[in-house]
Amino acid sequence: MQQILNGLFAGSIYALFAIGFTLVFGVLDRLNLAHSAVFTAAAFVGIELVVTGGLPIWLAIPAVLLFGAILGLIIERLAFRPLKDRHDAHFAGLISSIALGGMVIALLQARYGPDTRRFPADAFPDTAFELAGVRVTLLQIVILAVSIGLMLGLAFLVTRTRLGRGMRAVAENPHAARVLGVNVNRVTATTFAISSALGAVAGVLLALYVNSAQLTMGFNIELKGLAVIIVGGMGSLKGAMVGGLVLGLAEAFAVQYVGSSWRDVVAFGLLFGILLLRPQGMFGARRVREV
Amino acid sequence: MRIRMLPVTTAAAMALLATSCASGGEGSSDGGSGALAGEGSGDSCVIEDPVPVGAALSLTGAAASYGESQQKGLEVAIDKIAETEGVSYDLTVEDDATDPKQGITVFEQFISQDQVSVILGPTLSNAAKTTDPIAQEESVPVLGISNTAEGITEIGDYVFRNSLTEAAVIPQTIAKAKETLGLEKVVVMYSNDDAFTESGFKAFESALESEGVEITKTLTFSKADTDFRTLLTDAKAEQPDAVVVSGLIEAAIPLVTQARQLGIDAPIIGGNGFNSPQLMVDAGEAAEGVVVGAAWNSASEGPENAEFLEAFKAKHGSDPDQFAAQAYTGLILVDQAVRAGCSGEREDIKEQLGKLKDVPTALGTFSIDENRDADHAAVVQIVEGGKFTVLD
Repeated sequence: MQQILNGLFAGSIYALFAIGFTLVFGVLDRLNLAHSAVFTAAAFVGIELVVTGGLPIWLAIPAVLLFGAILGLIIERLAFRPLKDRHDAHFAGLISSIALGGMVIALLQARYGPDTRRFPADAFPDTAFELAGVRVTLLQIVILAVSIGLMLGLAFLVTRTRLGRGMRAVAENPHAARVLGVNVNRVTATTFAISSALGAVAGVLLALYVNSAQLTMGFNIELKGLAVIIVGGMGSLKGAMVGGLVLGLAEAFAVQYVGSSWRDVVAFGLLFGILLLRPQGMFGARRVREV
Repeated sequence: MRIRMLPVTTAAAMALLATSCASGGEGSSDGGSGALAGEGSGDSCVIEDPVPVGAALSLTGAAASYGESQQKGLEVAIDKIAETEGVSYDLTVEDDATDPKQGITVFEQFISQDQVSVILGPTLSNAAKTTDPIAQEESVPVLGISNTAEGITEIGDYVFRNSLTEAAVIPQTIAKAKETLGLEKVVVMYSNDDAFTESGFKAFESALESEGVEITKTLTFSKADTDFRTLLTDAKAEQPDAVVVSGLIEAAIPLVTQARQLGIDAPIIGGNGFNSPQLMVDAGEAAEGVVVGAAWNSASEGPENAEFLEAFKAKHGSDPDQFAAQAYTGLILVDQAVRAGCSGEREDIKEQLGKLKDVPTALGTFSIDENRDADHAAVVQIVEGGKFTVLD
């Protein structure tokens, strides 16, 4: 039971990261590999806000959300927009986003050095609840609530609002959307902002959850994020959410039943199995894009 | 003591450069003067010229904080040695910038230009692995004052160290922990993708076996891991008397924090990676009850340690750490070896270093063993009230 919860909490962070990742892919058909750099940058900035800015963690999370959104706009403007009319725009965007991500990490290293950074030990009250032999900390509940809240908010935004309609229209066919009066550039920029904001919050939550932030933290989750969106179905928001939780649970059960050395084998074996058996992912539909 | 860059020193170096060029740059230890052999022995030994000693420390770069401590320790040692007349030392400290390549340059300079009789350092083991063979080749004795990796003294018979290896500390840690905490069964966790922590794990494993402590479960993680909850939940289910962890400080902090969050109150016994004040700073209260073996603790007994603590505090206004204590002891040991043979020649220092036995030092009663490694009692520490205290 405790392992299910462990998997669920870790999985909700994976899901939050992956959902931002897959949003850009679903709407714009671009893979933004600077997403993990946003994730890392947000963790460091969040720690800076709490440690030197003296902000309580409750305020730091929305501040980081805003920071992520701004970073998303910058990424779109620098790494994607100048290349969008090239015939190889997919590939060019992929490479330029790797480059931009690398620059962000280098800037972080210049600012913060190579050392691991942490929130102060008392940044978050370590209240814990015990129910039927299972321990849950307040932090874990907050993480789960924030991730699920943000994911539901995104689902609402995409399905019920004018902006969401615009996003779906762009996802379907950007040229037709423009003809129909959708401001494609604005929708694109907003999509990047939302995507990065979610990735940023995931970064702070992970830094809080594991009590450390390293420059390499993005690489690990980027691979997991890719696994999650493939398991869930490329571009599917629901798929990313469920895929994240599945990956978290798979890792937890791998440790419990197979052995700790096999954790990544099981998690990525799952990815491999899904690719072989159901290439479109759990919620992906062949050739039809979903948001 | 002098540090290069002072104009006077540079002039001296130029002069030395001239001599070494004149003698064809070969690494003979007499440096042309022959005044390094003295008369008498022990405290009555008198050597006319100051004995040249080089210290290769990491004063900048990633290991700068260690190198700085070491330099401070050496400064205190120079003062201490000056209290006894007859032998004086000309200590040159050079920065290897935490870079093995720079370390090579520093060693070559020490050996052929400065004509030092003995080299202290370098700060990190990976630098030692590239620099010490140079000293071995040129027959210059080296005393490592912080290298703890395996295979350092195997480089050759001119390579010594006064820093206890993890393999020496761990059996003592486990024996002490078993005695005071009554261990019967433990869970062992280690990161299996790092050579240091893996060898630490092997040392733990054999120490636990020889102490008759049962390992109910062995869990592995990656050095990049930061989420240990699933592993710890697994460990908790075994209800161990202690969790034994071989991991670097990067893993130690989240691991300890998460263990306490999951309600594991058993002591956590750590390897060398846990031996850092950073643990208490970043893990806060969760660090309480962590047990770590170390070569030195400020609470170590003995008049030599008390004297060192007092002298260090008086000179630098702060408390020393293990790096300072080992550096201090390093120079004291060199002095012992020089006086024992009453000679500052390279060959004589090498011979006498190997004969050091039961020397009372700040690290405890110190000997050099047959493998030229340090032999003294480790201190087993437990975190109490936010700091390391001696476990007993």
